[in-house]
Amino acid sequence: MARRRLAVLAAALLALCAVFLLWNLRTPMGFILQLRAEKLAALVLVGAATGAATVVFQTIATNRLLTPGIVGFDALFIFTQTLLVLTLGGAGYVALDSMAKFLVETALLAGAAMALFGVLFRKGAEDIIRMILTGVILGVLLRGLAGFTQRLLDPSEFAVVQQASIASFNTVDPGLLGIAALALGAGLAGALALAPRLDVAALGRVQARVLGLDHDRLVLLSLGVVALLVAVSTALVGPITFLGLLAASFAHALLRNHRHIVLILGGAMMGAAILVAGQTVFERLMGLQSALAIIVEFAGGVLFLALVLKGRKS
Amino acid sequence: MIDVDNLSLTRDGTRILHNVTLHIPTGRLAAIIGPNGAGKSTLLHCMAGLLAPDCGKVQINGQNIHTLREDRRALVLSLLTQSQAATPRLSVADLVAFGRWPHHRGRPRAQDHQITRDALRRFDLDVLAQRNVETLSGGQRQRAFVAMAYAQSTPWMLLDEPLAALDPKYVRDIMDRLHGMIGSASAQRSIALVLHDLSVAARYADYCIAMKNGYVIAAGPWQNTVTSELLSDLYETPLKLAQVDGVAIVVGL
Repeated sequence: MARRRLAVLAAALLALCAVFLLWNLRTPMGFILQLRAEKLAALVLVGAATGAATVVFQTIATNRLLTPGIVGFDALFIFTQTLLVLTLGGAGYVALDSMAKFLVETALLAGAAMALFGVLFRKGAEDIIRMILTGVILGVLLRGLAGFTQRLLDPSEFAVVQQASIASFNTVDPGLLGIAALALGAGLAGALALAPRLDVAALGRVQARVLGLDHDRLVLLSLGVVALLVAVSTALVGPITFLGLLAASFAHALLRNHRHIVLILGGAMMGAAILVAGQTVFERLMGLQSALAIIVEFAGGVLFLALVLKGRKS
Repeated sequence: MIDVDNLSLTRDGTRILHNVTLHIPTGRLAAIIGPNGAGKSTLLHCMAGLLAPDCGKVQINGQNIHTLREDRRALVLSLLTQSQAATPRLSVADLVAFGRWPHHRGRPRAQDHQITRDALRRFDLDVLAQRNVETLSGGQRQRAFVAMAYAQSTPWMLLDEPLAALDPKYVRDIMDRLHGMIGSASAQRSIALVLHDLSVAARYADYCIAMKNGYVIAAGPWQNTVTSELLSDLYETPLKLAQVDGVAIVVGL
């Protein structure tokens, strides 16, 4: 049953990719196909990474409402962009070498996440709620600092920060796709390797330990994988906080399975499918009248509220 | 044999266990009894290696349980906790199969499937095997979790209040099955369990550990250790051991 549903999901993703590539294809076909293929690669990579990371994160946090973004990734990213524009100026920021900027941002985001996890996990994985709360507070602090710093910018520099703060697939540097694919592939492989242990961890920390699982080690490994996946995709296109929530929730609802090998693959494909479908609608039907990230955040926000209200009812 | 030697444990500044020393022989069904707050569950979790003591040690068959790696420990003992969280959409068969995880670490073999089927059969869960754990009644759910602990195939099973919230039919059902394992040649286990129902303890247990305020007040074979006086002192209320139709019960006076 799960295999069949995964196969259907994979087929749907392939069909969406084909539609994105081929719909309304005009001359010069080679050039347009290359442009679309690069954008498609970014959409699939970011969607898959975010979906898989959220499935893993929700199991470790034993909470289906959380996304890795909740621990302040987006706020840190925006604060970093603001600081860069403040120190280098708008022109200096735009002239930055994209590969160096990508690598530094990835290292900074992953390092910040692991520092947060490392400090808070000294007392063991029981502190997961404290970690999340601290992440939320840090996010508020960083957003406040970014808001304060943005007041020091002139209007043109402020516009540069605004542009950089909203995830966009239209401005991805194709030169980054190779290294991002390698890093995200490694992260995804890591998540799949942890899948059997995540099945046990989903029973709860005590039961997992009774069954012989080194739960604290698994939590740290999982959070390392999550940090890598989210840091790379955020540095590549910018923050999309609620994409993971959408992907993981739809994957759980569609696959109806407890095995993480199924859920991680499903979450990854669902994340990719949401972005590809969204970008297709946004580009081909709406004529680029909005930003995909804004639509995803809106839909994710509505789902988040629906899940909270459903939880309160039950 | 479980040897607990001079075990003390403090949590949040409060001493929960005070110099606990006891020995539980193998092949017994040992009941840990005592009033609320006596430290019974804490002792069980300490014996399972989940809580680290301030001092003292727990040895099972000569192995110090707190220095054993978790994967090794899971081959020596299983523990049924009071709060059993089941993953959403987990079937009974999958839950019971998790009991085999310490043996296969994610790569089940034919033997693991066979033992899972045996556990389902032994606890009459065959017909419920494909049911979602979340849809089970309290008694069925408890049976499923005990079956998972059984499937772990450890020499020792530690059960923390396995009868909580069960009606008399399910109480008898589970205790008959547990008792059956003690005498079984093919599936012999040693069992230590926390019990609040003293009549159930009197009927099924052949070893007793009586606790109060973090101290072990008495420990030994049930017949030689448990008296009406001991129970009355333990619970600070008049209690009497009696026999009805040849079955031991405990009544309040």
